[in-house]
Amino acid sequence: MDFRDSPEEAAFRERLRSWLAETAGTFPTSGDDYWRRQGEWHQALYSAGFFGLSWPKEYGGKELPPVYDVILDEELARAGAPSRPSLGYLMQGLGRHGSRELQRRFLPGMINGTERWCQGFSEPGAGSDLASLTTTATREGDEYVIHGHKIWTSYSDVADWCLLLARTDPDVPRHKGLSGFIVSMHQPGIEQRPLRMINGVTTEFGQVAFDGARVPASQMVGAPGEGWKLAMTIVGHEREPAELGYSARYGKTVRQLLERVGDGEVPEELAWAAVETEMLRLHVQRRLSDRLDGVEHGPDGSLDKLLMTWTEQSVGHAALAVAGTRDPELLGTYLYSRAQSVMGGTAQIQKNIIASRILGLGA
Amino acid sequence: MDARLTTEQRELRDAAARLAADLGPGSVLELDDAERAARLEKAVAATGWRTLRSDGASGVEVALVAEEFGRGLVDAPFLGPVLADDLRRRTGAPGGSWTVAVGADALDARGIERVLALEGARVLAGRTGTLTPGADLTRRTAEVVGPLEAVGELADDEADRWRALALVVTAADLVGTSRGAHTLACDYAKVREQYGKTIGSYQAVAHLLAESLALIEGSVSVLRHAAWAVDELEPAAALRAARIAKVYCARAARTVCETSVQVHGGIGNTWECLAHVHLRRALTSTHLFPVSLKEIDLGLS
Repeated sequence: MDFRDSPEEAAFRERLRSWLAETAGTFPTSGDDYWRRQGEWHQALYSAGFFGLSWPKEYGGKELPPVYDVILDEELARAGAPSRPSLGYLMQGLGRHGSRELQRRFLPGMINGTERWCQGFSEPGAGSDLASLTTTATREGDEYVIHGHKIWTSYSDVADWCLLLARTDPDVPRHKGLSGFIVSMHQPGIEQRPLRMINGVTTEFGQVAFDGARVPASQMVGAPGEGWKLAMTIVGHEREPAELGYSARYGKTVRQLLERVGDGEVPEELAWAAVETEMLRLHVQRRLSDRLDGVEHGPDGSLDKLLMTWTEQSVGHAALAVAGTRDPELLGTYLYSRAQSVMGGTAQIQKNIIASRILGLGA
Repeated sequence: MDARLTTEQRELRDAAARLAADLGPGSVLELDDAERAARLEKAVAATGWRTLRSDGASGVEVALVAEEFGRGLVDAPFLGPVLADDLRRRTGAPGGSWTVAVGADALDARGIERVLALEGARVLAGRTGTLTPGADLTRRTAEVVGPLEAVGELADDEADRWRALALVVTAADLVGTSRGAHTLACDYAKVREQYGKTIGSYQAVAHLLAESLALIEGSVSVLRHAAWAVDELEPAAALRAARIAKVYCARAARTVCETSVQVHGGIGNTWECLAHVHLRRALTSTHLFPVSLKEIDLGLS
C-alpha cells in the first residue's frame, strides 16, 4: 500500500500539470459551450497523450495501469479543466463483446476522438425497465433495418456512430431477443432532436427517431440475442465513477466555491461536499487499485454509483448554499446534480441491484 | 499509487476477525458471561496487538485490528491500550498495562490501572479509579485519579501524529461496528417474515440496507487512506486525512446503526437485541476525539 505517486506516476503528473497550465483555461467547463467543444477537448487530451491511458497500444491507448486515470482526474480538477470525456463504458462494452474486426475498426476512433459516439438504449417507454424496449432491427439480406425511438441519447447531435440496442427476435423471452449494433448516424431514416434539460442545456441529450435506418449485419456487436449481456456490461461501467471521471468535476466545483467564499465562513453544506468529494476520490483509487489484481466489480458498480450520486448532489447543495439562485452557472450546477440519481440507472434501481445481487435479500 | 492491503495485512485482519468471532459477545446475554470475557482478555493479551505500535506496526495494521474488534463488539480493551502504547513509545514511559485519558475520563479502562494523557504536547501519567457509567456496553470508562505526573513531552509533529492515530483508531472502530450492525440487520431481514414474505424482499427495507452498504464502502475508502497517512504523510496532512475519515465514518456509522435498529422493528428497540450495542459503541467512538466539519482544513491540494 502506498498512496503516493511512483516515480513514473510523478513524471506523468508533472507532464500533465505543465500541459494543463497552458491548455486548461482555454476550454469551457459547463453549459452548452462545454458540450459544443467537448470533441475538441477530447482530441486535445488525446493528442497530448492524456486520454485512453489504460487501453491497449494497438487501439491508440497507453497500456498504463488503471490508477493513471485517478491522476488525470485529480489534475483536471486542480487545473479547473473540463473532466475527461465519459467514454470508458462504451469502450468496455465494445472491448469485451465486439469481435476483433469491430474492435480494430472502431476502438481507435473512439479513443482518439476522431469519431464521436452516442448510446441508443433508453426509450420513452423503456427507462428503468430497459428490457421492455420496442425498437426493432429486422434482417434484410446483409443488413438490418431499424424502426423505433430512442431518448436520453447523449451527444446524439454530433455523434458519428450509435451503439444501439434493438429487438431482433420478438418471439423469445424479452431479455433474449435483443442485439447490439454499431449504426451510422449519417444516413437517411434517422432524425435527431435536442432535449432541453432543467438547467437549460440543449446540447447534451437528444432523442433519435429511427425510421428505416440501415446497418450492415457485420456491425452487430456479439451474436444475435446477446444484446442484453452487452447492455449489462455497459450500464455496469456507466455507473462507475472510475470510468466516468466525474470526481474531477466535483473537485473543480468545490474549489471554485471555496474561492468564492474566500475568508468568509464556509457553509456546512460546502464543508460536507468537500468531504464527500475527497471520499469519492479515495474510493476511485481503491477500486482502480483492486483492478491491479484483476478484480471485476460487477454489481459493486451500483455502490459506486450511489456514492457518486450522493457526492454530486452534496456539491449541488453546496452551490446553492454559497450562491443562492442568483448565479446562473452555479444554479445550473445544482439543477444538473438532480439528474445524477436518474441517469445510468436510477438510485432506486441501484439499490434493488445491491439488495438482490450483493446482499441476497431476495428482493 | 496503490490502495491495496498487503498479504500480511490481510492475514492480520483475518486473525483479528477470527478472534472476535470466537470470543466476542455473540448476544447481549453473553456480555455478562465472565468466563467468556476472561478467555477473550487472555486471548487478546496473548496476541500482543495492544503493543502493535511499539512493535513497529503502521497505522494501517492498528486500524485493521480496531475495525475487526469493533465489528465483533470485542469487550476487552484495545483502543485505549494501543493508543497508550503509542504515547509510551514516544516518551519512554515504563512498559506494562496502560490506557489513555481524555480530560477526566480514562478510556477503555476495564482491568487497567495506569493511564497516560496528552495535554498540549505534555504527556502525563496517572492512575485509574472507579469505573463510571457510560453508554457503551463493551468498553468501560474510569475516573482518572490524580495527581498526574509529567512523564515526557512530544514535539508538535509527534503530537499531531498521535492525534491522527487516535482519530483513525476510533474511525476504524466506527467502520467495524457499522459492518457488524449491518450484517445483523441483513441476517434478520432474510428470516423475519411479514405478510408471508421475508421483510428483506420489500424494497422499503431492502433500500435502507443497500444505502448502508454504500456508506460502509465509502467509509472503508476514506479510512484506509487516513490509516496509511498516519505514518506516511506530513503530520498536518495526516491529521487532515484523519479528520476527514472521522467525520465521514461517524456520520455513516450513526445512519447504519440506526438503520439496523429500524430493520429489527420492535425487537430492535429492546435491550436483548445487539443492534443497540453497536449503536452505543458507535456513539461512543464518535464522541471520543470528536471532529466537527469546521475543523477540517479545506484548502485543496
